[in-house]
Amino acid sequence: MTTQKTPPGTVLLAVGTAKGLFLATSTDRRTWEFTGPHVPMNAVYAVAVDTRADRPRVIVGAASSHWGPGVAVSDDLGASWHEPDTPPIAFPADTGASLEQVWQLAPGPADEPDVIYAGVQPSALFRSTDGGRSFELVRGLWEHPHRPQWTPGFGGMAIHTVLPHPDDRARMLVAMSTGGVYRTTDGGVSWQASNTGIRAKFLPDEYPEFGQCVHKVASHPARPEQFFAQNHHGVYRSDDGGSTWSSIADGLPSDFGFAMVTHPRRPGVIYNFPIKADEYRVPPDAACRVYRSEDAGGSWTALTDGLPQERFYPTVLRDAMCVDDADVPGVYVGTRSGEVYGSPDEGDHWEQIAAHLPDVLCVRAAVVG
Amino acid sequence: MPVTVRIPGVLRADAGGAAHLDLDLPPDVPLSSALDALAAAHPRLARRLRDERGTLRRYVNLYVNGEECRALAGLDTPLPADAEVQVLPSVAGG
Repeated sequence: MTTQKTPPGTVLLAVGTAKGLFLATSTDRRTWEFTGPHVPMNAVYAVAVDTRADRPRVIVGAASSHWGPGVAVSDDLGASWHEPDTPPIAFPADTGASLEQVWQLAPGPADEPDVIYAGVQPSALFRSTDGGRSFELVRGLWEHPHRPQWTPGFGGMAIHTVLPHPDDRARMLVAMSTGGVYRTTDGGVSWQASNTGIRAKFLPDEYPEFGQCVHKVASHPARPEQFFAQNHHGVYRSDDGGSTWSSIADGLPSDFGFAMVTHPRRPGVIYNFPIKADEYRVPPDAACRVYRSEDAGGSWTALTDGLPQERFYPTVLRDAMCVDDADVPGVYVGTRSGEVYGSPDEGDHWEQIAAHLPDVLCVRAAVVG
Repeated sequence: MPVTVRIPGVLRADAGGAAHLDLDLPPDVPLSSALDALAAAHPRLARRLRDERGTLRRYVNLYVNGEECRALAGLDTPLPADAEVQVLPSVAGG
């Protein structure tokens, strides 16, 4: 198996694009070996690199505009893929719904290595207990009385964020566009809207119970009560498990964006990619700048070394920024113009590691060797 | 009654490599029955064509003896004996 030959310290970078998945490996995070496209001509909005068990498992949510969505699994870094005969994710007949796209694949807690969650379109949460080979609908959220009032945004009506609590199996936070943040404290049986303080600029009542267009939420396992959210206008932090949110947008050139990422080792260190909106939807000053806060959003620093600072117009989508879990973590950004930039030193210095790919929809990275 | 389903190249891996599949169906069954028979033998192929509700995917065209099924009775289109069902992706994508 490829895993046994993988040199120590190898980082796997998975790049989901509009036309397939690209996989890259590196031992120094400067030179990368790419393979792909895997699942060609499928839009890959979701990929997970699951390193909890004794092998790195790549799980990909792919959708063909012709042939529909699917989930495929590789245990040999993309050398071979397994897709079950029966669809891994399918709505039960009584729901009258059909799967349009997988937006998020989130490994569960470390002590449940076969648990994987999937956030999908239309807005629903699925749970796998066999490592992603089959999933079951989480009925409590699907049958939520708010669901008829959740409305699709431009990207569709989807659950794009799934954050299981690191220690308490009964607790989880999800987010959707539009609809906002929902939490459960009873293992998914009941769910509560958790959007107090998050503004919905596009609604007559700008602070409704739910209906916000939350673009992404991130958290750090060492601080399970602290969350960071990039909203459709508005950047927020919650210090009380998602009950209330307050702005951390001061210091950013725009409060609009899609991505929000936490540092894997230092709680309170977060990354954001602001985008000017709504008139333009391009990076402010046409410059590629990742913003890092080292004090949980109290202040922000633009990271620019090695990133293009002129005539840069592509956006970075909600899952197109990520970190790896090396001792000194790397940070990765993919653009809608098919470029991937990587930093081997927490964002201080960057290099272009791929160009001319199809639109980058998501990136994920992890140490696999 | 015999019915032949012609498989486009891109889907043949899900059909055991076959360019066409020969079905033996009861007389006077609709097109959906042919897809049900495909699902029993080649489930991954069948789900490329219909979603879990049984709805024909938007950019999949099924021609029954040369007529696209949506111009007939959709998946209720009756299949004559010796019908040829051709699976073709519609013009889409960029």
